[in-house]
Amino acid sequence: MASQDIVARSATTTVPSSVRNLEEVAKLIDTTKCIGCKACQVACSEWNELRDEVGHNHGTYDNPQDLTAETWTLMRFTEHETDAGNLEWLIRKDGCMHCAEPGCLAACPSPGAIIKHANGIVDFNQDHCIGCGYCITGCPFNIPRISQKDHKAYKCTLCSDRVAVGLEPACVKTCPTGAIVFGSKEDMKEHAAERIVDLKSRGFDNAGLYDPAGVGGTHVMYVLHHADTPTLYAGLPSDPAISPLVSLWKGVSKPLALLAMGAAVLAGFFHYVRVGPNRVEEDEHPDPPDTSVHTVDPSVHTFDPRGEDRP
Amino acid sequence: MSNKTILRYTANQRTNHWLVAMLFFMAGLSGLALFHPALFWLSNLFGGGPWTRILHPFMGVLMFVLFLGLVFRFWRANYFIANDRTWLRRIDRVLVNDEDSVPPVGKYNAGQKLLFWTLLLCMLVLLFSGLVIWRAYFSEYFGITSLRWAMLLHALAGFVLILSIIVHIYAGIWIKGSVSAMMHGWVSRAWARKHHELWYREVTRDERPDPPMRKKGH
Repeated sequence: MASQDIVARSATTTVPSSVRNLEEVAKLIDTTKCIGCKACQVACSEWNELRDEVGHNHGTYDNPQDLTAETWTLMRFTEHETDAGNLEWLIRKDGCMHCAEPGCLAACPSPGAIIKHANGIVDFNQDHCIGCGYCITGCPFNIPRISQKDHKAYKCTLCSDRVAVGLEPACVKTCPTGAIVFGSKEDMKEHAAERIVDLKSRGFDNAGLYDPAGVGGTHVMYVLHHADTPTLYAGLPSDPAISPLVSLWKGVSKPLALLAMGAAVLAGFFHYVRVGPNRVEEDEHPDPPDTSVHTVDPSVHTFDPRGEDRP
Repeated sequence: MSNKTILRYTANQRTNHWLVAMLFFMAGLSGLALFHPALFWLSNLFGGGPWTRILHPFMGVLMFVLFLGLVFRFWRANYFIANDRTWLRRIDRVLVNDEDSVPPVGKYNAGQKLLFWTLLLCMLVLLFSGLVIWRAYFSEYFGITSLRWAMLLHALAGFVLILSIIVHIYAGIWIKGSVSAMMHGWVSRAWARKHHELWYREVTRDERPDPPMRKKGH
């Protein structure tokens, strides 16, 4: 089935097929309602038919230890002691944030391997993925993983297959506390605002929405009790943006570099045209002695006052 | 004066040079395929995107190893000497084929020496940054900031290398006699004297002046 709702396509310098207008969607994860049951992890694994290898317990509740090519979402647990000496258990469901300005897409060198749909979902098309890992370099959230089985990059799809037919993502459907909700981005912002009012009335003065502007906003948003310090939540970046190193590497510098290479070739060509080749006057086979008969005009005399005396 | 030609490059040196050249084209074209979308079609030369990604680092490492061979063969001839500074200052005259007013140079002129050291620097940067971003084997040992720097430096060094080689190839087209020197090894005495006079004097130092004509045996 042809896609007609692609608003951005990796390594593509023309406008992708994008006539279809879709409403922007968002998944809202309310960390204040999350109980860390990991049902979302199981639902993700079930729906997407992913079975990660069983790992080892490293003394934390994080299980598995990290995102992998077969674990697209992961609860990250942080024990945070407040200034008042209370322990808070901060649990954040980690996974792709579906940035409005995706660093992975900017970095990808393979046409069509990463696309952004009009509804905001950033999807990897493994058919076109070459396994270079540039998406990992571009991502401000450390999300994509390369599979060691097929050397393709994987991450959360926001259940693009389900969303395309009007269903909510699997993790949303399964969440028993309603900590994960899904809808239009506008609705989700409104829902978050209500939650934040509620949280503030309960003493969480810094409660807020995490929808970072540095990446143009995200289509996975968090409600945080401590929105002033997102890094508390297992290192959620406080001001994520595409790294300047990546922008420099993937920005205007490369077209300029191509131009410079072309200019160098042209410069060579026109140097040849205007100045010409540098040839050696061959003197290895000196002219044979001149044996022809010369006519000498007796009226012409050459006079060299020093000629005969010179050494 | 003798009319014999002079051997500029031995068979081993020539072989080494052309092996590096071939690998440069393979690593370079596969690298350009990933450099900019406009050149992604080059990946078809290597069997598609994944094969390009798989082969490129191996070709690069092989190119580096072989390039080391050239470095060991030629690095001594690429030390800068006093004349090189003057030569560079008069590069405008060199560029219009007016070499009478530039000082004599050794086996390599200042431009060639600059190229040599630039290539060596680029190759080193490409090797080390390339290992860092070699996802299949090494990337897991490096942090994201190192990876980003390596990506940037790899692209930059590749760009400088390709630009340098464009200059190098054009110099070969421009200066007649230099491609054949690298193809079959020999240059004419006039060529050596015109382009590398100090080197010419050095290699002909041992030759005695033409012996006086003798009747012996004739």
